Amino acid sequence: MRKRTLIRLAVILSVAGFASAALAASADDFKAAYAKAQAAEKGAAAVKDRWSITEATLKKSKAAADAGKFDDAVKLAQHAEALANASVAQAKEQEKLWPDAVIR
Amino acid sequence: MLRKTLIAIAILAGAAQPLLAAESASDPKAEFKAFREYFTNRFPKVALDDFVNGPYSMDEGLRKQWKAIDEFPPYDFVVDKGKQMFATPFKNGKTYGDCFPNKGIGVRQDYPKFDAKSGQVITLDVALNQCREANGEKPFDYTKDDMAALTAYMAFTSRGKPMNITIPNDPRALAAYTKGKEYFYTRRGQLNFSCASCHVQNPGNHMRTEVLAPALGIMNAMPIYRSTWGGMGTTSRRLRTCNSQVGAVPLPAESDEYRDVEYYLSYMANGLPISGPGTRP
Repeated sequence: MRKRTLIRLAVILSVAGFASAALAASADDFKAAYAKAQAAEKGAAAVKDRWSITEATLKKSKAAADAGKFDDAVKLAQHAEALANASVAQAKEQEKLWPDAVIR
Repeated sequence: MLRKTLIAIAILAGAAQPLLAAESASDPKAEFKAFREYFTNRFPKVALDDFVNGPYSMDEGLRKQWKAIDEFPPYDFVVDKGKQMFATPFKNGKTYGDCFPNKGIGVRQDYPKFDAKSGQVITLDVALNQCREANGEKPFDYTKDDMAALTAYMAFTSRGKPMNITIPNDPRALAAYTKGKEYFYTRRGQLNFSCASCHVQNPGNHMRTEVLAPALGIMNAMPIYRSTWGGMGTTSRRLRTCNSQVGAVPLPAESDEYRDVEYYLSYMANGLPISGPGTRP
């Protein structure tokens, strides 16, 4: 009985180990996420509305990747991408809205 | 019937064009009047010429501190340095004075200017670097040190003279003015602030410990000695700091956008006295 339990436990642990290995981000995942974030930030630069926090988050993402922390690096890259997209959306919106603020 | 409808649509579309164009067009004279009235109506106790003193025109306590500080102005040494630099000949024997009308004395109020040849706005800082390069010298950094010293001296020689910015009858000049206006009213950065958010909507109010200056006459005090910088800074330095404060990545000093917004704001300050170099907290 005890032997069976140990075998079951070993199986569960090995499956869990495989699963977590499969879920962990790799260097390639980072590269893909970082490239997407950089492309979004390039869009922000094109409309001349880069945000400081986006630049800082990109740097943090790169630093995490350099330290081998790819899970963190991917999350940070995704966050940077979202920030860059928000700055582009702001710039597009302001193209229409700024005249409303002019003193008349 | 179809033909008639198409003709009617074409006529309507044609008529709509000027309306759409007018929406983004500028009328500097009317905007100047509205801008001036906005500030004088909002701050009826502030004398018109006092707006150039920025936060000191808005806050009595701050004004007292400024008066005390100005007994020994922190920019004095910089003005002296600028004066010396201005008079020192380049390697080819010419001086800065050779690049400007009236030998560069008392001309600061005429800048920025629209240059028909390049189609660009030329600020005093850009004119100084153009002068250096035309005489075989390397350009200065646009944000502080030598450039701040030169512009401080030139502003000092113009003190009290009314700002005198012209928009020539050139569509490119009007476009530069409009671009400057657009930059001024456009929100940017993570904080979603425009220049106007602070300097039109909130002058006199506090942003943390700072009292916000009114946009009217804000360029007249440039360059400024800022206690938080521990030294002098040019208009570009101030604009870059503003960008950083709202979470935006600053543009390069004297970029087209900065030149244009300086053009717009200086035009709005026409007639108000030059008070630079200024002192700010």
